[in-house]
Amino acid sequence: MIHLPADYYIYLGSGLFTIGVIGVLTRRNVLIILMSIELILNAVNINLVALSQYFRSVDGQVFAIFVITDAAAEAAVGLGLIIALFRNKETLNADEIDLLKW
Amino acid sequence: MMLELLTFGILAVIALASAVMVITRRNAVHSVIWLTVTLFAVGGIYLLQHAEFLFAVQIIIYVGGIMVLFLFVVMLVNIDVAVKQARFARQGLVAVVTAALLMAQLGYALYNHGRNLGLPIRPEIPEVSQNTQAVGMVLYQNYMLPVEIASILLLVAMVGAVIMAKRKFE
Repeated sequence: MIHLPADYYIYLGSGLFTIGVIGVLTRRNVLIILMSIELILNAVNINLVALSQYFRSVDGQVFAIFVITDAAAEAAVGLGLIIALFRNKETLNADEIDLLKW
Repeated sequence: MMLELLTFGILAVIALASAVMVITRRNAVHSVIWLTVTLFAVGGIYLLQHAEFLFAVQIIIYVGGIMVLFLFVVMLVNIDVAVKQARFARQGLVAVVTAALLMAQLGYALYNHGRNLGLPIRPEIPEVSQNTQAVGMVLYQNYMLPVEIASILLLVAMVGAVIMAKRKFE
């Protein structure tokens, strides 16, 4: 049985990655920027799994598990930051969060 | 091969289309729902590649954990304000040009160097238990120290999230 070439999965991963980058760069809502980061991490995971199948080794899948762990930690801290931010500034607009600008 | 290609095509279209929906919706709740669709499609991609354990992890942790967390925070903050504001930032044009450049770069590199990356013929399809067993063996034998570091990372993230979301800083 012949399986799909790894290329297809890598093309899909790069497409998803680009959509995530566009989301991070263009959206104003901080929550949606965080969601775009999740999209980027998923694109990376697709590539890791595709290449782990290509090289016939599960190391890539183990690395993908670590990426998912990091995504969970990042989401917890990021959402905590968003709650603190919303409590202090009453906004989620990334353009209005300029406390460190002068 | 044909059936696999068809499944891959359907899943890829679902994943990409719902990812576009995630970054274009005005309401953050809709974005969360579309992101869940993307995550399910990516889980299907894992299943298609016989990474069954990762599929289970994707569904349990991403869809069951992280998405619920996102939904909670979206409900906590006031969404009426965000809905009325402009969706896209001022630097939108520059951002799209940058992303197009990135896409062109990725496409060029993959097209010129990725074409001969064909997957070799696999002798047999591994059983469901074999994937989980193999991942577990590698995870707890070769990657013992990273597992411990990841657990410390999760602990630090948990403490950090609690401190961030606390009502008052002393």
